[in-house]
Amino acid sequence: MRALVWIVEDTWQATVAEAAAYLPADADITLLHVAGTEAEGAARAARHALLGRPHPPPDADVQPLRAISEQAAEELLAEAQARLGRPARRETRRGRLEREVVAAAEGMDVLVLARDGDHAHLGPRSLGPAARFVVDHAPCRVLLIWPDVTPDVTTIPPPPDTKPPRR
Amino acid sequence: MPEGLALALALVVLASTLGAAVFQARYVTEAAAATAGALLLVAVGAVSLSHAGDALRELAPTVGFLAALLLIAEGARREGLFDAVGALIARGSRGSAQRLLAFVFVVAAGVTAALGLDATAVLLTPVVFATAARMRTSPRPHVYACGHLANSASLLLPVSNLTNLLAFHAGGVSFARFAALMVLPTAGAVGVEWVVFRRFFAIDLGRPRQPEAQAPRPALPRFALVVLALTLAGFALSSLIGVQPVWVAAAGAVAITAPSLASRTTSAAALARAFEPGFLVFVLGLGVIVAAASGNGLASAVRSVLPTGSSLPDLLAIAALSAILANLVNNLPATLMLIPVLAANGHGAILAMLIGVNVGPNLTYVGSLATLLWRRVVHAEDADIELGEFLRLGALTVPAALITATVLLWLCLKV
Repeated sequence: MRALVWIVEDTWQATVAEAAAYLPADADITLLHVAGTEAEGAARAARHALLGRPHPPPDADVQPLRAISEQAAEELLAEAQARLGRPARRETRRGRLEREVVAAAEGMDVLVLARDGDHAHLGPRSLGPAARFVVDHAPCRVLLIWPDVTPDVTTIPPPPDTKPPRR
Repeated sequence: MPEGLALALALVVLASTLGAAVFQARYVTEAAAATAGALLLVAVGAVSLSHAGDALRELAPTVGFLAALLLIAEGARREGLFDAVGALIARGSRGSAQRLLAFVFVVAAGVTAALGLDATAVLLTPVVFATAARMRTSPRPHVYACGHLANSASLLLPVSNLTNLLAFHAGGVSFARFAALMVLPTAGAVGVEWVVFRRFFAIDLGRPRQPEAQAPRPALPRFALVVLALTLAGFALSSLIGVQPVWVAAAGAVAITAPSLASRTTSAAALARAFEPGFLVFVLGLGVIVAAASGNGLASAVRSVLPTGSSLPDLLAIAALSAILANLVNNLPATLMLIPVLAANGHGAILAMLIGVNVGPNLTYVGSLATLLWRRVVHAEDADIELGEFLRLGALTVPAALITATVLLWLCLKV
């Protein structure tokens, strides 16, 4: 079984724990991290917003942020693997999170990812835009985990046609 | 030269100069474009030599002030202030993305107010990006917060934004009075940003996290902090002791620079880069070009549009129109155009204008619509910039921040 585990900042520990618990011992695991380039773009844009200031050459401007982001991704995956406690491949990508994850999931048997939305209530809002896209487009089975405690069924909102009791 | 022709020529020169600065043409620097434009306008008589000289003489102290501030910010960076602050807020956040955002707000507002928006945009933002990466949380809200607060928090002190410095030299308020009038408007604008950011980035900030290893407490660079504190105290007391604030800034720049020059930890060349001589020349050239346009009818055109009173509706209209102008032509030329018109109307109008030109650029995040569109077209590597995200965040924050800050300014002017 080929398994892809999407490692995200914030919720990575919970994802690794679930992957270790539910993936079979002989699974061929790849730990994936995708660096979103949006924040780097926003950091550069803030600088370019300054009118008339001399601009550093594009490389000098872009490279430091990119290097920081790449080093952080390497370290995160190394620590995730240590926590997983099994051999695993590591893969880093850059770009739009959801598209890169779907692309990396090609040829996999299962994709493990954490919900990235409201984690206190059952329901569609428990998926943010990125996880929503991945769940909808993944070319394989998906193991969708709750990053902390799974909410109980009473957290489901009432059906839309029931009116709240009036006094 | 007939006035209409002179005005048309001055506007064309202004547009070309802004074009060179916004589009970052490879063959002509911003400074060269502004200098050539100013010389051309003098040569053809669109502005007389004495008028151009007056414009330069008025701008010279402002530009000197700016150079000193840039040197102080560079000194603070060299001493490791920004890295230390990044490590400090990472530790203080104790693993919570929301607490990190709160600290980023405090630090970005403080750096912007004390060292100016350049320091936040250029020096603090990469540190905040690295801090979020090290803390293993999404950098998005924190980086956007730096970009927005570089504008919103730049209302507080005359040194927080070049636009403030220009207005400060034109209007007759003391450093301390400026700060006293602007403290509530700044708090209001930053408060609006905080409320919007918490909701806008709820997903990034709300992901459940497990505790991670705590970083050791960093050592803060005492020398840089002492120089900064003394410089700010000097600004506050400048009118009492009868010293121009520009000399306080110069003293601060010398104090923070001299030791590392003496110990050769920095070179004269690095210092020359730090105070950005090209930018200073650009500001001077732009000043002459705008003076030519203003003197040939632009000022009376602006005067006919802008309200003159200091009632709340007038102040709101001034702030809104200034914000619109800043988004059309960038806030630096907008300020240069508006100051001569508003200077006669008292400092309420000038401060409302500053709220507009300082907060307004957040509408597009990158300074102006022209900058935004051009960057979309040309810079292929910017394909990852979320245009819609910038504009939505701007639309949610800017009108509310403008109104809140202007109402608070009006209240402060009343008492």
